[in-house]
Amino acid sequence: MKRVKLRELGHARAGDKGNTSVIGFFAYDPVNFNLLCRLLTVDRVKDHFQGMVGRVHRFEVPSLQGLNFVMEEALGGGVNISLAIDPHGKSRSSFFLDMELTVPDETPLRREDNGKVGRRNR
Amino acid sequence: MRKIRIGEGAGYSGAWIEPAKELAEKGDLQYLTFEALAERTIALRQLERSKDPSLGYDPWLEERMRAVLVPALRQGIRIVTNMGGANPFQAGKRVLATARQIGLSSLKVAIVEGDHVLDLIQGGGYRVLETGEPIEALADRMISANAYLGARPIAEALATGADVVITGRVADPALLLGCLIHEFGWSLEDWPLLGCGVLAGHLTECSAQVTGGYFGDPGYKDVSHIARIGYPIAEVGEDGGCLITKVPGSGGAVTELTCKEQVLYEVQDPSAYITPDVTADFSKVHCLQVGPDQVRVGGASGHKRPDALKVSVGLRHGFMGEGQISYGGPGAVHRAKMAADIIRERLEIAGLGANKKKIDLIGIDSLFGQSTSPEIPDPGEVRLRVAVRTETQEDARRVGREVEALWIMGPAGGGGAAGQVKEVVNVVSLLLPRELVEGRIRISVDEL
Repeated sequence: MKRVKLRELGHARAGDKGNTSVIGFFAYDPVNFNLLCRLLTVDRVKDHFQGMVGRVHRFEVPSLQGLNFVMEEALGGGVNISLAIDPHGKSRSSFFLDMELTVPDETPLRREDNGKVGRRNR
Repeated sequence: MRKIRIGEGAGYSGAWIEPAKELAEKGDLQYLTFEALAERTIALRQLERSKDPSLGYDPWLEERMRAVLVPALRQGIRIVTNMGGANPFQAGKRVLATARQIGLSSLKVAIVEGDHVLDLIQGGGYRVLETGEPIEALADRMISANAYLGARPIAEALATGADVVITGRVADPALLLGCLIHEFGWSLEDWPLLGCGVLAGHLTECSAQVTGGYFGDPGYKDVSHIARIGYPIAEVGEDGGCLITKVPGSGGAVTELTCKEQVLYEVQDPSAYITPDVTADFSKVHCLQVGPDQVRVGGASGHKRPDALKVSVGLRHGFMGEGQISYGGPGAVHRAKMAADIIRERLEIAGLGANKKKIDLIGIDSLFGQSTSPEIPDPGEVRLRVAVRTETQEDARRVGREVEALWIMGPAGGGGAAGQVKEVVNVVSLLLPRELVEGRIRISVDEL
């Protein structure tokens, strides 16, 4: 097994709806999608965002190798009234990808050999 | 099978204008949409309109029209936009005046009105979706109330033969969907087909977000030449099939990755993306790269549209005062924390101690708070940011002043102090019966 940042396994985009933050996450390599479905549970994600979000919901979109995380009470009242420097929470996709996971040694990563893009990646 | 090409030339009010001009000139388009109305924007436009009845539409309307009208008319490209904001009628006048100034001899503009529903929302027992409270409780703070109209009035406006269609609040993807309904004569109850149209509209409504904007991450997701990014083109068939592409030679990229990210952008339940025209289903959408900067997106469907229309209500919410100042070098973080303590005490003295406030150290905790991973070392410089909610503009100004004064009264080496004051406008939602709103929609035509 190896410890890796989620950034090596997928990409993400954050958006907002009122006080709800939505993060769409997509596996780079389709072979990792089932593994990521097992690891990125609602509890794991809620734990990573501890103190930042309320209820978390997860929607699976296998045809996009995607997981959509919907986080309630996440944006200081919403973009209009929040006092935060990033009231939309747009930077949260990067925080999400900073999560650390333990994965099997053979799991293909986005970048291998210190910066070289891995063979499997387009 | 017939296909049409629709470009998106904005994505938000402040978007770059050159790529829209490029789209009009080289996109081989039939339609060019401009989505420029974020949730809160219409309330801000209403405030402008209440100060000057000839305003209340998008401030970049004229500049955009100057950039695209000539190439659009030469090729018969029709323009559809929600840049009418809180004043579509005056926006139409402005477009005609601009056309005259640039020497056009004929132009037909259709105006869609009826989204303004401030007079309809009180006394009907409607409740705020976010809080459950009766909307009447907020009456003294209300600025605006606008219903999200759908694609039908846009299709009807196009049927007048107008070169330019201007709306106020409509659902963002309805701009594109209205073109498809007009062009292909789609049934307003063919839910799966409307779902495909909404997907195409959803993918392009944020313009560059599907062509490599809001995406690049060097070494992981590389995108070239963003400064010359091309805006998107949706090539949609009569059967709802959709290809996303951009002008050849423009910067950015259309890839499976850019499209996937945009499919789920700001979507909650992918199987039920609610719009006024259809409850779209994106849960089985797939993306396939079929050529350079060409991605085929399919698999969308849809279910019956909702019976009620969503209304955004703009509310006055006081002011926000903000101040910032930087510290660098050895001990920077300690000095910034010392400055924060001083400001907390100063806000008490100013009578603002109990106000809602946020004190950040930019470079340490401003984005993710205490959750920042502990292994990240202290940066060589840090910027203190203080934001405070206030009732009055005067109090908001005071916040910036208190921070600025740290120059000579705070810790050593504080520099680059700045302050700003913002009027805060909140937006809440409610649902109105569809027929109540649709009965008031009016389409008018004005021409040179």
